[in-house]
Amino acid sequence: MEQVNTLRGKTAIVGSADTQVGKLPHTSATELCVEAAMLALEDAGIGKDQVDGLVTCQSMTEPHMYHAEAMAEYMQVFPRYCVTANAGGGTTFSALQNAASAIATGVCNTVLVSMADCLRTGLTRDQAMAMQSSTGHPQFEIPYGPTVPAYYALIARAHMERYGTTPEQMAAVAVNGRNYAALNPCAQMREPISIEDVLASRMIADPLHLLDCSLVSDGGAAVVLTSAERAGDFPKDPVYVLGFGEGHGHEHISQARSLTTSAAVESGRRAFRMAGMGTGEIDVAQIYDCFTPVVLIELEDLGFCAKGEGGAFVASGQTAINGPLPMNTNGGLLSHCHPGNPGSMFGLTEAVAQLRGEGGQRQVSDAETALVHGQGGIMSSHATVILGKEQVL
Amino acid sequence: MSGHAGKFLPRSHPGTQAYWDACRRHEFIIQQCGDCGTHQFYPRIFCTSCASSAVAWVPASGHGKVLTWTVLQRAVSSAYAADTPYIIALIELREGPVLMSKVCGCEAGSVYTGMPVEVSFEDWSDEISMPVFVVASG
Repeated sequence: MEQVNTLRGKTAIVGSADTQVGKLPHTSATELCVEAAMLALEDAGIGKDQVDGLVTCQSMTEPHMYHAEAMAEYMQVFPRYCVTANAGGGTTFSALQNAASAIATGVCNTVLVSMADCLRTGLTRDQAMAMQSSTGHPQFEIPYGPTVPAYYALIARAHMERYGTTPEQMAAVAVNGRNYAALNPCAQMREPISIEDVLASRMIADPLHLLDCSLVSDGGAAVVLTSAERAGDFPKDPVYVLGFGEGHGHEHISQARSLTTSAAVESGRRAFRMAGMGTGEIDVAQIYDCFTPVVLIELEDLGFCAKGEGGAFVASGQTAINGPLPMNTNGGLLSHCHPGNPGSMFGLTEAVAQLRGEGGQRQVSDAETALVHGQGGIMSSHATVILGKEQVL
Repeated sequence: MSGHAGKFLPRSHPGTQAYWDACRRHEFIIQQCGDCGTHQFYPRIFCTSCASSAVAWVPASGHGKVLTWTVLQRAVSSAYAADTPYIIALIELREGPVLMSKVCGCEAGSVYTGMPVEVSFEDWSDEISMPVFVVASG
């Protein structure tokens, strides 16, 4: 039997913040990263001198070979733990797990995780498209001209063929996100949409329509992670990290073990095992939604519904505002924002907001536990985080 | 060879040179393990099935079927815009491995999962011929 990760309850999030998101032409990726960092420190009630660990992610619009070091230099902080997550999606939570491990082993005490980018205003549409498509294999995929929506369309088609998933069911994921976004004054897209609107939107890569695809945004988000022992010293109620799990199946979609079952099976199993919890004990979920079919597969693979039933699960309202599993409560990558590599961070900060009762109109009542799932590449690397309030420790 | 300017041409390295050289001759080769017989794609320095380093290039049938597919209405860049709508598919070769390719020579609406296809080649430059797939001739 696989060894259980012993980090349960050892660390907590004590600061959390998003910058404005959407179209932010007055700023840059570096400035947004620093702004998010300072907002999270303010939320934690500490100064930058109390940070001894820093995690950032690479920026596509303003890359630095040593990104985290460049951000530390900009802020004039001098960490003893300094790491750049090279990509986004699941790697964000891989980096979070590394940071928690560093805290638990005494490498450092308080880690600032800040991620931002300016894909909307920092790149042209063509540049953004080409840069993101470069996740494909340089010799054996990219020359054919696939786009990121196309890679995911291959997965969507396979799921439709195998399980009878319909375009309407995928569209229900987009509608779900938009319904929450309408309650979130910070979301980039808040106009209500219907299933019909999604299906009537421009076809990008069959079967994915424009509204099946996540946004292209500017934005940043940050959290402050510290040890459970120190967590009580901060002004807000700590949000404890109860479970971590990763699963890595492939990088290039043409090499996937399965097109319809992902490594979220492994990441979820590991996170639930570490947390000592089951799917029924999750009050709110933030499920990585770069494209609508991705959410269906993740819900299935994490165990929230039976394999192949993701479409029916969302379409029947299980993830809606008053449903049993409120999901992507800030609007998700589909309606809140998606600045690329930092994308997963907004699910994390939203989970923290929900567990603190700071969700405003979209607050899930009595939320004590949250699951956040990120995936990166093309349904490639998955990471699951389970969070909880003090009473579920 | 017009119509391919500005596309992302593959840049071979020593481990893939034989593949692209064969494509240039309009021959389709993949690797096979000399120890366990498993075919694999893309090329690697060892067999992913048994870890043997006795992998060798062998002629492949060039026949397979469409495992999954999409029709792109939005090209990845202006160099590909004239091709829209174009079909990107994963092809499961008769020998077993799966690769990404383009399905050509048929209406976008006529492609389907399981469609039998065979390899064909498009000359994109003096050095590069791209393997693409067309409806199998029977």
